[in-house]
Order: sequence, then structure tokens, then C-alpha cells
Amino acid sequence: MKDRKEIAERLAASGYIADAELATAISLMLMLKRPLLLEGEAGVGKTEVAKALASVHTTELIRLQCYEGLDQSAALYEWNYQRQLLSIQAHRGDDPDDVEHQIFSEKYLLERPLLAAIRRDTPPVLLIDEIDRADDEFEAFLLELLSDFQVSIPELGTIKATAIPHVVLTSNGTRELSDALRRRCLYHYVDYPDVDREARIIMARIEGAGASLALQIARMVEGVRKEELRKVPGVAETLDWAAALVGLDVRDLHEAPETVHETLMCLLKTQEDTSRVTREVTERLLGRVA
Amino acid sequence: MSCCGTNPGYEEIDQVSRLVSARLAAFLRTLRDNGFAVGLHEGQDAASLMAAGYAKTPSMLRSAFKHLFSARKSDWERFDGLFDAFWLGKRARSRSLTMGSARAANNPSLKSLPGQRSEPRAADDGAMDQIPSADGADDNRSGEGRMEGASRADNLAEVDFRKIADPAQIEEAHAAAARLARAMRTRLTRRDLARRRGYRLDLRRTIHGNISHGGVPIDLVRRQRKTKPLRLVMLLDASGSMSMYTGVFLRFIHGVLDQFREAEAFLFHTRLAHVSDAMKEKDAARALDRLSILAQGAGGGTKIGESLQTFNRWHAARVIHSRTVVMIVSDGYETGDAALLGREMAALGRRCRRIVWLNPMMAWEGYAPEAAGIKAALPHVDLYAPANTLNSLASLEPYLAKL
Repeated sequence: MKDRKEIAERLAASGYIADAELATAISLMLMLKRPLLLEGEAGVGKTEVAKALASVHTTELIRLQCYEGLDQSAALYEWNYQRQLLSIQAHRGDDPDDVEHQIFSEKYLLERPLLAAIRRDTPPVLLIDEIDRADDEFEAFLLELLSDFQVSIPELGTIKATAIPHVVLTSNGTRELSDALRRRCLYHYVDYPDVDREARIIMARIEGAGASLALQIARMVEGVRKEELRKVPGVAETLDWAAALVGLDVRDLHEAPETVHETLMCLLKTQEDTSRVTREVTERLLGRVA
Repeated sequence: MSCCGTNPGYEEIDQVSRLVSARLAAFLRTLRDNGFAVGLHEGQDAASLMAAGYAKTPSMLRSAFKHLFSARKSDWERFDGLFDAFWLGKRARSRSLTMGSARAANNPSLKSLPGQRSEPRAADDGAMDQIPSADGADDNRSGEGRMEGASRADNLAEVDFRKIADPAQIEEAHAAAARLARAMRTRLTRRDLARRRGYRLDLRRTIHGNISHGGVPIDLVRRQRKTKPLRLVMLLDASGSMSMYTGVFLRFIHGVLDQFREAEAFLFHTRLAHVSDAMKEKDAARALDRLSILAQGAGGGTKIGESLQTFNRWHAARVIHSRTVVMIVSDGYETGDAALLGREMAALGRRCRRIVWLNPMMAWEGYAPEAAGIKAALPHVDLYAPANTLNSLASLEPYLAKL
């Protein structure tokens, strides 16, 4: 068993501030060799987990972005048609069987993320991002790959994983995933960080953000999240805002209420939200940030 | 047995581990009873986690088990309470689950039905699609031809089902409802076909098939778009307050089950019954007969929330996929817990593509959705429509076709 503390420390060193639960999740993932399903609102840092995991292991991050209509040829492999056509032209007159054998060989195979992930010598981190956007069929196909870590290519045969990748799946919960997929995975619900953790994230990521400013920013963001907004700001937005404040040389939010209000657009992403957070609202929120 | 305080003997270790595994098995059972999907594999993993030292402190074990046994947010939120109650003997706190808030209100992509009058009804909160009552539906349907069922039963099309009293007319209305279901099916299939124009070349197969032509792509292979049929899951309220409408809806459902490739039907009153098989009987009268046995207890109160809970827990995973429309036919008079209904509607809403709620009472004069049940359900409904006449049923079709 890898020590959870050690995992948390190594994640922190790579810029990801994890809570104890997430450290447990990762230690379990390594021990049980199961995929990890991260669910949570957009912008809470699910994708970042995979990136941090890759940097902790100093291994490659292979990312598959899911979308509606994603199929095997975009996710697994495709043949290099242009080269195949050229080769057929060049070998005109040869025995068709030979030509066929030749053009469906490794040389003409284009790896897509999933195939790439199971053919690496050192296990990479495979990030299957926003799995809830893919169709049911793709989810079912993935199930097979994730349980056996092998794929079959009709022209080449079965390809088995050389090293089992660390798989991270993320979902925003827009569509209910199948129970079969859920059962294959360890589950972790990623929530917005609490004030303390968000402050530490700001300090780790934004150079020049001192402890007191980071804490003020985190408290302010927590207040903004409690307002009724269409799009609740995520961690990435917090970091944008913190970078803007530091760039404008703000050291204390109370000293520059004007700048605070004007830069709040870093957090608010719709016209409706911008108009909802008026100057009075900003002042009220600032009042609560001690 | 151990002696003189030295290391415990094998027998004792065996005793302990047997105790632990019995306790673990009991915990797994508790989780299953609480709706967690826990299989054998998880049980083995849990045992190996305990052996690997995760049982050193309760918090560590809880965190590890939480990741292993949870599969969704609701599990995740309830787990700590269940764990503490079981292993630490604490009383489980009843947590209020925060389900997704008003789905319809958060969904800016909702459009109103084409060819429908858009004057809002008194009860319209503007968040959902609405079909206005049937009187406005007919003259605006252009270019689509008329529904087979509707045209042959013109005189009946506008009459509220509860006002049809003559047995012959009742039979006619029932038959029209069945024809309507058939017409919907045909039209949906035609739309499916029309949309499939313009498919892409399948280069992989094209090249494979043209090697013998020296690679000149003579025989083009086109990628067939997979047809994904719409699935209709119908939940019909068979309680007393709906009794005037149940008959005609049963015939409608019978027609749908007969004609749609993928359809499922459930009846509910104080409990839920899966009636697809009984209703697949070709002979409508015999189907209704078989149904009356299943529907024992019908005509009493309505526990919509509990029925939906049963549906979500035992049937949803099997009968719902991403192209599923759930059609609930009910007046929304909930005699159970309205808050539960709201939660279960939210859970259902996350699973399926659309929820259509048909309320026969909606077209009644002076009706407003005041009942606590319908109020709790409405935020999660994509289309709230009246369904008291054949025309109102017919005007649903373009909406379903848009899926």
C-alpha cells in the first residue's frame, strides 16, 4: 500500500492540492488496478487530477475527449488511407493478396488514444474526459476494453496491453452512466474545494499571491458561489481572478473595492450573472471577507 | 489457543477473520438493502483492502470503502452515515439529498413546439414546453397531413374523454387511440429515414473492397448511420381520480406497445406494476383482462413518489437508455410525500432524454397545478401537456419526433 500522505505530498509538489479522500482514491487505484471515475460539477478540477497523476508518476498523459458520436475509429485506431492508396498504386500488378497483407500492417496503422494507452511500455495515465458525452454504445465498448485491457483489430488480431494504464474517467453528470461502467470503477465525487484548500491551491499556482490575499480570494469566491448564479465559478476561474488581482498589484481586497468589482468578470461567465452581481452585492460579499 | 500471552494461535486468527468476514458480509448486505450496486468483486476487493492494512483506523477504512462501494453521487453522500451506523454504532443522520435543481429552468435550450400557439396559460411558468389545449392544435398543423386516427374520428377528436358515455363511442375512441399510436410510429420511422441522407464514405471498407481494382475507388462503401430507435416508457396513473381516463390511455398504450419497437409500460397507484408483457397480448380485450389482475388496488390513492422510487431503483437501469422518453400520465394528486416525488423526478430526469407529463385535468377550466405533487414534479418535466382529447394526444407526435 502506498502511503496516502506520501501521495498527497507528491501531488502537492506537482501543484495539485488534494484532500485526504482523493489521496485514498489514488492509493486504491494503484493497489486494485481499477479505473477511477471522477464525478462533479464543471470546473472543480477533475481533469487536473489526471494531469497531476501523470506528473507524479512522471509518465505520459493520454487524453481522450468524448463527444456525441465518438466511435472506435476516432478512439482506438484508424488506417492511414492516403499511404495505403499510394502503396496500392505503387504495387499495381502485384498479387492482390500480397498487397492487402502489406497495407494492413503495423506500418499503416494510426494509433488513437485508447490503442496508444495500452501499447506503451511504461503505464501512462489514460484520461477519458467527459464520458457522459459519449453514446451508450461507446460506453459499452469501453467496458470491454477496461476489463480486459485488450482490443481486437480484425486485420491484425488481438492486441494485449503491454502495461496496464492508470485510467481516470471524468463525468459532469449530464447523463446517467450505466451501472456496469460504474461498477468497474472506483468512485470519487469531486466537490468545490473548501476555503482553506482553495487558498492553498491559489498559493501553489499563482506566484506572488501571499497567504492573506489567497485566503481573502478563496472566501470571496465561496461567497460568490453561494449567490444564485447560472454558472458557478470553478477553480480555474478562481485562479484567473487571482492572477488578475496579483497582476494589478492588489495586496488586500478591502483596499481596492473598485478593482475587485471590475475584475469579478473573471469569475462570472454570463451576462445574466454579471448583471446580478452588482456593486452592492460585491460590497456585501467583501464585508464578509474578514 | 494461545497460551502465556504469546502470539495468538491459528485457531484464534481463524476465529477473528471469520468474525470479520461475517461482519463484512453483513455490511455488504446493508449496502445492497440501501440500493448500492455491490457485486462479488467488490466484496473480494474489500476483503483484500482490510488485509492490506486499510482497517487500521475507521476513517481510513471508511474512505477506502466509500470509493469502492459508491457508484454515484447519492451513494457518495449517504455512505458515511451508513458506515458509521454499521461499524461505529452511530445513529445514521438523515441527510437531505440535494438533487439537481429545476432541470427545465436550467436548460436554456428548451424550445416551444413548432406550429403551436404560444400564448401562455395561467399556470405557465415559462420554464417548460407547453402544448396549448387541443382547440388551437389543429389549424396550425401544416404540411404534415392529418393524423390517421384523428381524421377518422373527427367528431370525437375534440371531446373530453370523460364526457364520452355511449359504449359505442367509447369503443370508437379506444380504437382511435390505438390507431393514433400506430400513426405516430409510422411517422417517426419516416422521419428517421429522411434524416439519414448524406452519410459519409467509409474509407476503410472502400479501400479494402477496391484493392483488386488497383486501389481506384470504384465501389464506394458508405458508412451507415446506426438507427437508434426512440424508446417510449409510459407510466400510467391508475388511481381513483384518474379512473375516467384510464380506459382510453390503456388502449393508447396497447397501441404503442404493439407498434413501437421499443416501448415499456407501467401502471401505478399505491404501488408500481410492470405491465408490458400483459399488454403485448394481441387481443386488446384479453390484455385488459390480464391487466385487471395486475392492477389490483387500482382506484385508490396515488403514491407517485414511491412508485417512481420503485421504478428508478428496480426498472430504470434496464428500460431506460439515452434516447428514451418517459411519459407519465397522471393528474399529480399525490397522497404520499411530495418531496420524495421531487427527488425521484430529478433522478429520473438525469437518466432519460425527456420527461413528458400528460395531465388530463390540465384542460379543465380553472385548473391550476396547485397539488403539492404536481408542483414538486413540474421543475423536472420537459413537456407538460393536456391529454384529455384525441387531438391533444395527436399534437404530441411532432414533439416526440424531434428527439
